[in-house]
Amino acid sequence: MIPGSYFFILSVILFILGVIAFFVKRDLITQFLSIEVMLNAGNLAFIAFARALNSLHGQVIVFFIITVAAAEAAVGLAIILLIFRQKKTIKSEDMNLMKG
Amino acid sequence: MNFPILSVVTFLPLAGAVFLIFVHRDRKNFLRSLALAFTLINFVLSLFLYIHFNPQTAETQFVEKGPWIGYGINYHIGIDGLSLFLVLLTTFLMPIAILSSWNYIQKKVKEYMIFMLILETGIIGVFVSFNLFLFYVFWEVTLIPMYFLIGVWGGPRRIYATLKYVLFTMLGSLLMLVAIFVLYSTYYKATGVYSFNIFDLSKLILNPNLQLWLFLAFALSFAIKVPMFPLHTWLPDAHVEAPTAGSVILAAILLKMGAYGFLRFGLPLFPDAVMKLLPVLAVLSLIGIIYGGLMALIQKDIKSLVAYSSVSHMGLIMLAIFSLNIEAIEGAIYQMLNHGLSTGALFLIVGILYERAHTRQIKDFGGVSSQMPVFSAFFLICMLSSIGLPGLNGFIGEILCIFGIFKTSKLLAILGISTVILAAAYLLWMFQRVMQGPIKNEKIYSFTDINKREISYLVPIVIMMFWMGIYPRPFLKRMDHSVSDLLNKVNRKERIFIQAEEDKKALTEVNNLINTEKNKEMEEEAK
Amino acid sequence: MTEIFWLIPFLPLLSSFILAIFGRTLPKKYISFQACLAVFASFIISVISFFGLLKISQESYPLIKSLFTWIASGSFTINFSLQFDPLSAVMAMVVSGVGFIIHVYSVGYMDKDKGYSRYFTYLNLFTFAMLLLVMSSNIVLMFVGWEGVGLCSYLLIGFWFEKDSAANAGKKAFIVTRIGDLGFLLGIFFIFVHIGSAEFTAINQAISGGAVTQGLATLIALLLFMGAVGKSAQIPLYVWLPDAMEGPTPVSALIHAATMVTAGVYMVCRMNLLYTLSGTAALVVGVIGAVTAVYAATMALTQNDIKRVLAYSTISQIGYMFIGCGVGAYSAGMFHLYTHAFFKSLLFLSAGSVMHALSGELDMRKMGGLRKYLPFTYPAFLIGAIAIAGVPFLSGFFSKDAILTQAFANKQYFIWILGVLGAILTAFYMFRLIFLTFQGEERLEPEAKEHLHESPPVMTIPLGILAFFSIIAGFIGVPAVFGEKLNWFNKFLEPVMRPGHEVHLSIQTEWLLIIISVAVALFGIYLAYIFYIKKPQTPHQLNAKFPYVYKLLYNKYYVDEIYNAVFVKPVVRGSEIVYDNFDLKVIDGAVNGSASVTGLSGKILSYLQTGLIKDYALVFLFGVILFLGYLLF
Repeated sequence: MIPGSYFFILSVILFILGVIAFFVKRDLITQFLSIEVMLNAGNLAFIAFARALNSLHGQVIVFFIITVAAAEAAVGLAIILLIFRQKKTIKSEDMNLMKG
Repeated sequence: MNFPILSVVTFLPLAGAVFLIFVHRDRKNFLRSLALAFTLINFVLSLFLYIHFNPQTAETQFVEKGPWIGYGINYHIGIDGLSLFLVLLTTFLMPIAILSSWNYIQKKVKEYMIFMLILETGIIGVFVSFNLFLFYVFWEVTLIPMYFLIGVWGGPRRIYATLKYVLFTMLGSLLMLVAIFVLYSTYYKATGVYSFNIFDLSKLILNPNLQLWLFLAFALSFAIKVPMFPLHTWLPDAHVEAPTAGSVILAAILLKMGAYGFLRFGLPLFPDAVMKLLPVLAVLSLIGIIYGGLMALIQKDIKSLVAYSSVSHMGLIMLAIFSLNIEAIEGAIYQMLNHGLSTGALFLIVGILYERAHTRQIKDFGGVSSQMPVFSAFFLICMLSSIGLPGLNGFIGEILCIFGIFKTSKLLAILGISTVILAAAYLLWMFQRVMQGPIKNEKIYSFTDINKREISYLVPIVIMMFWMGIYPRPFLKRMDHSVSDLLNKVNRKERIFIQAEEDKKALTEVNNLINTEKNKEMEEEAK
Repeated sequence: MTEIFWLIPFLPLLSSFILAIFGRTLPKKYISFQACLAVFASFIISVISFFGLLKISQESYPLIKSLFTWIASGSFTINFSLQFDPLSAVMAMVVSGVGFIIHVYSVGYMDKDKGYSRYFTYLNLFTFAMLLLVMSSNIVLMFVGWEGVGLCSYLLIGFWFEKDSAANAGKKAFIVTRIGDLGFLLGIFFIFVHIGSAEFTAINQAISGGAVTQGLATLIALLLFMGAVGKSAQIPLYVWLPDAMEGPTPVSALIHAATMVTAGVYMVCRMNLLYTLSGTAALVVGVIGAVTAVYAATMALTQNDIKRVLAYSTISQIGYMFIGCGVGAYSAGMFHLYTHAFFKSLLFLSAGSVMHALSGELDMRKMGGLRKYLPFTYPAFLIGAIAIAGVPFLSGFFSKDAILTQAFANKQYFIWILGVLGAILTAFYMFRLIFLTFQGEERLEPEAKEHLHESPPVMTIPLGILAFFSIIAGFIGVPAVFGEKLNWFNKFLEPVMRPGHEVHLSIQTEWLLIIISVAVALFGIYLAYIFYIKKPQTPHQLNAKFPYVYKLLYNKYYVDEIYNAVFVKPVVRGSEIVYDNFDLKVIDGAVNGSASVTGLSGKILSYLQTGLIKDYALVFLFGVILFLGYLLF
């Protein structure tokens, strides 16, 4: 039996990796992937809690997150596609239309 | 009376505005005449108020009450001796303002007329509301159409002028809003009843400190509107840039809202604070009189000259109001009407000149009288009315004001009476440079005398000037009871004592709110 | 019949109203007919009411007709009511009578003017205002008339407004008199606050009942006198009157000589109880009158403009009237007002006739020897000059003598000496005028000579009437030496002006005084004769000897320039400086400054808004870490 804390540590590692990737990488797709990684780190944490507390709530929430993430991935990728069509680039540094 | 005449008078112009929305924008003459018809009908309706007004009582008349939002926010309108004539002045001047912009306004006629009509509802609403919340709503409603009237149909610096006007006014009115809510919650704490009714609120005996802060918030808002020295600089800019009708309404009616605010709310709600601040207010008014007069003397633009003369005249009115005796306050109300007529007429006259010359600089004129003799006669009469010549309306108001001031303080009266000379000096000098002397500018030879439309809107004003100068009884009689009632309130003779909780909390609350409001203001301005 | 006296002022008003509205379309003949008729009708009613007044007993004076309540607010209640008593009767008759004659004269004088109907509108309006002034039963209504005549004066001085000088003069007159009116208004307020009523009867009752202290009386009297100084052109507010000569000549005759400028004298007489009670105020009135009488006369010495000489002479003569009031001889002051109305309007109208003959020439240096061309104007002018100089048995002699005698009798020797000095100067400058204009060599411009002609009858007949009255008007007030009962004028005014200060001198002293005044008059005339006929070079020699004196007098003591430099310029310049620095820089600076501070801070903060998602995320991360840190530790 693997101790519960391992799951948590893995989830934290995954999350930190996602954060680092988000800041290090420059293209939107990779950043998008790193966000997905963070999301799944969260999922993992939920499941770990569900197991540790012996409750199904955490599992249910994960399902919700997965569905929402699927929708989000679809919309996000579509946006990135459209941006690429307009700007011929997906470098996040070039996206500064909201500059004050 | 069961017929809700006052509501009809208040909202008929708004209905007219809605009606106008459905008219095609190219049918300009139809739009103009529709607007004229609505304002004229409204004027005729408002005459019923005058006829059925009972001068024997200080009670509010034509009262209409109805539920609106709840929590004390009710529909409550009425009229008494303080507001009757201001409502009449509004309905009287509105058709004139529309007639005066008949040819002057060529672009966006539809929107212009709609804004004029909304403005009329807003102004009348301010004068008839007895519910503070309702009053505040109308007070703000007047701001929006005026903002557009100056900003869209104004002169070259119209954006600057209109922003200055709106920001100045907003600064005051937001503080007033806070004060209104503090008043409301204090009343609730004291009695357990929600009420914005000013008769209820004026029964409160407030903690003097709190009163001072609340009064300052109200006073700032009203003083900006009046405008009192040194908050007056928006006025010349707004006047110079506004279209003729805008100037007429601004000077003749909107400024009166400030003075009316002091009479209706400032004095009866916060009598102790008024007493405490009386010297400051009186001195500021006095400075306004003299300062406005001196500034008017040297203006190069006719419109800003008349604007500064408004500062001076309104100073006299404010000084009379703060003299707190019956002659002075009746004189002040009377002088508000006079100022509405004479300054309104002067702006109309400047507008007539501008339509011909396309300039308002005094130096561009000279000898206009010989080209426009009929116009010259009208100009002369309006100018004399503004100077306060006996036989015309200005004299009655001025002599009552100064007499009232004299009764309270001889020194203030002696200094304030200098307005008599200053007004004569700046107006006669301007008249001489514009109308008399040899013709200095080739363009003047092409001026035509005023046409029938222009005569038709000047004649009613002139008739009123003579009537009010020769037989002022009908006017003064209707003010008598309300004014003495007001004075009783200020002197606390008829107040029912409801002791408010003497809590310091309320005071700190106000302070905090004022601070946050100030921050909000900063953001407003930043935009 | 006397009840209809209240109609007196309103007939000219009605006429003026009709002319104001329809004047531009009415034929000229009708305009002049209506205007003259209205004033004539007023005159007739005044005369009828006057005789009615004589019939009824003195106890019922004054007759009062209250028309309606004019202003009523708190304690400030003013009735629109008129009164008729001896004082009002004299003034009403003088105003409407002289006014009528001048209306008729104007028909001829203004014949060619394009502002014909406007002229008569104003003139009628003026008559109304003046009649209202002298007939109102309370001081506020009197003030209405007071301002009304000021307005008409403004309009008529600036009648030819195309000329800058005329427009300027009108404005100056209005503003300068308004300075005085300010005092007048304050006086009214003091009366109202302390006496509680503005009615003359109530005021007089309060004064005789002892309700008014001496100090208060002095204060009110001096404030009211401030108004009189402005309107009656006394030192220091006289500066507007000489300039007022820019108006048409009949206007100068009616307004700036016969009626309006004497309003101050009327007012002082009306309030005579107040001035008598105060004493100090009466002294001030007398001294200002005396100083003005001499001061204005000295300025008249060197002027070359025929109307300006007459203007200064008017100022000087009104000074005499104030001397009368100041020494307590109110009826003597009124008497001089009454005779002055005749001879001064005669002089002005004759001057107008001269101008008419010379196509508007005013400069006496371009006249001379006109005697033979103007056979009617010359004697008329001469009669006027003799009357004003104080030659015995003409009207001016009686009235001036009455004033000087009273001044002497009241032991005001200083005032008396000034009065005598003024009398010499008066005789001198009047005859200087006569000699320069009508006698001596001709100095006419050639083209002026071509058109030279005597005026039409419509102008000369009024001259004749006025000349007649200038001769005989004095006989209703002959001095006491000729018989106590003969001074009818004093007696008539007695109910209004209670005597008490009229000290009676011995017969010898009175004769002595009469001889002195006759002697000074003749001396002045003789001096003028020497200067301008016998040795015409004398004036030039004097100029050469005392160039500064001449220059000072010729430039009217530079008073206009001084006022300009001391009052007008600093106010205008100061206002400009304040406007530029305070209004535009300080207030607007603060307003615009706060706006730009807000704008600027917004601008700076907006640099935080980079638009890059990574930056936002970094801040977000930072925030989360801080938050977690806070939760954990």
